[in-house]
Amino acid sequence: MKVSLTVNGRDRVVDVAANTLLVDLIRSKLGLTGTHVGCDTSQCGACTVHLDGRSVKSCTVLAVQADGAEVTTIEGIGTTDALHPMQAAFRECHALQCGFCTPGMIMSAIDLVANAKALDEQSVRKGLEGNLCRCTGYHNIVKAVLLVAESMPERT
Amino acid sequence: MSDTGIGKSVKRREDLRFITGRGRYTDDINQPNQTFAVFLRSPYPRARIVSVDPSGAAEVEGVVGVFTGKDLAADKLGDLPCGWLVKSKDGSDMKVGPHPPLAVDVVNYVGEPYGVVIAETLAAARDGAEVVVTEFEELDATVSLASAMDSAQIHANVPRNLCYDWALGDAAATDAAFERAAHLTTLEFSNNRLIPNAMEPRAAVASYDASTEEFNLITTSQNPHLERLILSAFVQLAPEHKLRITAPDVGGGFGSKIFVYPEETTAAWAARRIGRPVKWTADRSESFLTDAHGRDHLTKAELALDKDGVFLGLRVKTRANLGAYLSTFASSVPTFLYGTLLAGQYRTPAIYVEVEGVYTNTAPVDAYRGAGRPEATYVIERIVETAARELGVDPAELRRRNFIPPDAFPYQTPVALEYDTGNYGASLDKALAQAQYSSFADRRAASERRGKKRGIGLSCYIEACGLAPSQLAIQLGAGVGLYESGEVRVNPTGNVTVFTGSHSHGQGHETTFAQIVSDKLGIPFENVEVVHGDTGRVEFGLGTYGSRSLAVGGSALIKATDKVIAKGKRIAAHMMDAPLDSIDFTEGAFSARTSNQKLTFGEVAFAAYVPSNYPTDLEPGLSEKAFYDPKNFTFPAGTHIAEVEVDPETGVVDVLSFVAVDDFGHVINPMIVEGQVHGGIAQGIGQALLEHGIYDETGQLITGSYMDYCMPRADDMPSFIVDTTVTPCTHNPLGVKGCGEAGAIGAPAAVMNAVTHALGVVDVAMPATPERVWRALRGA
Repeated sequence: MKVSLTVNGRDRVVDVAANTLLVDLIRSKLGLTGTHVGCDTSQCGACTVHLDGRSVKSCTVLAVQADGAEVTTIEGIGTTDALHPMQAAFRECHALQCGFCTPGMIMSAIDLVANAKALDEQSVRKGLEGNLCRCTGYHNIVKAVLLVAESMPERT
Repeated sequence: MSDTGIGKSVKRREDLRFITGRGRYTDDINQPNQTFAVFLRSPYPRARIVSVDPSGAAEVEGVVGVFTGKDLAADKLGDLPCGWLVKSKDGSDMKVGPHPPLAVDVVNYVGEPYGVVIAETLAAARDGAEVVVTEFEELDATVSLASAMDSAQIHANVPRNLCYDWALGDAAATDAAFERAAHLTTLEFSNNRLIPNAMEPRAAVASYDASTEEFNLITTSQNPHLERLILSAFVQLAPEHKLRITAPDVGGGFGSKIFVYPEETTAAWAARRIGRPVKWTADRSESFLTDAHGRDHLTKAELALDKDGVFLGLRVKTRANLGAYLSTFASSVPTFLYGTLLAGQYRTPAIYVEVEGVYTNTAPVDAYRGAGRPEATYVIERIVETAARELGVDPAELRRRNFIPPDAFPYQTPVALEYDTGNYGASLDKALAQAQYSSFADRRAASERRGKKRGIGLSCYIEACGLAPSQLAIQLGAGVGLYESGEVRVNPTGNVTVFTGSHSHGQGHETTFAQIVSDKLGIPFENVEVVHGDTGRVEFGLGTYGSRSLAVGGSALIKATDKVIAKGKRIAAHMMDAPLDSIDFTEGAFSARTSNQKLTFGEVAFAAYVPSNYPTDLEPGLSEKAFYDPKNFTFPAGTHIAEVEVDPETGVVDVLSFVAVDDFGHVINPMIVEGQVHGGIAQGIGQALLEHGIYDETGQLITGSYMDYCMPRADDMPSFIVDTTVTPCTHNPLGVKGCGEAGAIGAPAAVMNAVTHALGVVDVAMPATPERVWRALRGA
């Protein structure tokens, strides 16, 4: 089946099987390997991407469901020369170690900061409970997300 | 001092690729003409393989081949070995059950691979595996650790499933100490089985070039050279010089990626067999079933004290689960990494420990973050805390009374180790202050007013890192040395490529090691590149585990850097026409004390490769290698304090604060060290409150996914308070000790001491789930 979608601002038409998952389309068909697979039960969040602006676990979305949609992956939010503020904050706060959960964590965190009314430590921790990290104990991830949240304009 | 030198929190250079999605993990790598492997796995804990009929799979479109253990055996592949020979107390060798890479006649745990389906696509391989018909004859299985020595014998050569019956210490002296005791504290407890769960599952991309007879195995390894050595010397997959193993970006290990596993081995073998690259990536279910698990002890401990609360003797009897087969280092974990640590921070004069290592029909158990040392700390710190409560002495005070004092180092423990240095009172004092220990009673009263129960718990841990020295380790049964290699290759233009046998899978070596070398050579941090994880580029290495990378691998780099400087001085002396002993090297320049002349590091490097004005008796080039074999272990130690609040209605334990004050010796990059401590604490709290690998009585793993195995999530954790004290290691050039495991070692006992303090009970089994806590409160 043909799926037309926009990935990181680029229009793509991809031939997939009906049971292809969005994460497999992203990794295998498009070669965007920054999006990772860490489990098979939609628990770990390593595969988190943005689908029409909201974070989703791309292992729970069929590729065909993304037909006509706009997908943003970790490769699409910033570059080494012009990092997204969340990427910069993760580096600044040492919010990553092995790096495997990091892309999904960053994509979730961006959504969290963009859509939460106000964030404190507890709400950041709650907001990230869909993403597993085994290295950092979450301490510095929470710091990084709060750093970005504090720099955002006040929301009502 | 530069802002990238030793002691500075330099931002990690590896981060840029990880935060932009440009990391390169094994599953990100594909080879032309690649095939995919799916393994056939045992659904039974123990069964005879009667027949395997692959004919159905052969008809599935895209299936390239189906192979079983018999095919590997026909190619004379050897067993997966255990690299540490432990002897029983009667002097006999441990009994090793045969461990073929793929099971041949009998399967011994659920998930054990006995065959593999290779296909053009992953989907075809899965479809093929579905239709392979295997007839099993179920056999009686041994699942329970408690009754393992009295139930079905797993390996024909291992009566009572007893691999070894090991002991350490002076039994008679310990008995005598107990005779004199004024008080005796006894505890029986378990140390729960954990499943490592690095976020990146294990994976392999294997290829074989028939024209050169070379294998190329890209895989998720913490120690690619060790894997190559084992696959060559023991498994006999290929000669060492024909086998290249690369471990690119690796997404966490925590011990589980030290070991040589069936799947990676089989993928490499199959690549030659079918003449095409083979890719395998574990799904998470496979990780749960087959990554080597951790811990799983049953222990009885007794502490003898005199009338003043001074420790007289410690007696420990432990039964350790080894799983169905001995994994790569399994035998050493509950023995040399456990029994030797039972002195803790205390001058207990007599200690005797016995350990039964037993087989069960469960996944192999091996080193997991801390490996033996968390179990030892748990024994000591739980029983010391319990003794303090029984005696009505403040737990901090009882510990202080028994600490090895700072002036007693080097200190020979009764369990083989000699601690080189430490100041345990200093870290205890700092931790008590950070935790506001003295005002705990006020906080407890406040909790009580809200209907909650509050507790505080200490854990004064010690660990031994950087296993060493090689000769001693080999005498004690290690199959390999425990040194590390390093190479400092100065390029003609003066920048430097560093090669290390250590492997980074999250620890940030590319940053830390560049800090060390650039600091020592006085050149910009940016001018030093660190290469690791490739047997084709790095000469040799023993890899990263046991918090050894900096203490051992970093020391090798210091040694190589010193050689570079020494050679540079000879070149500089010649160029400046000055006596060699008048040459100084500081801040990246060679200067002659006899004149005002100066040469930069870059000028000397260039001269080494373009040797016009150059000593005739000196080889050109400026590249030096070193092997560093430590003289002793290093002994990081510290105090961890947990404060918890329990809701008596629900049994939910809330960790309100966690303080860790650790003595890691000198610290190269404080930011990275703090991060290591944070991660370890989370795993330690996970062990105490959440995580438990459970097999039911039929041998099925019932915690086989993230829906059943409770991983620590962000909202399970508090923010941590992390601080350090410093007594530099006395026997390595950097004065460093190692920080990777401290959190996982110290935290479980601190949390459980706090939980039992809150509840007013002697013990709750880990993990202290709401149900267990609720029952403990009701005596049910």
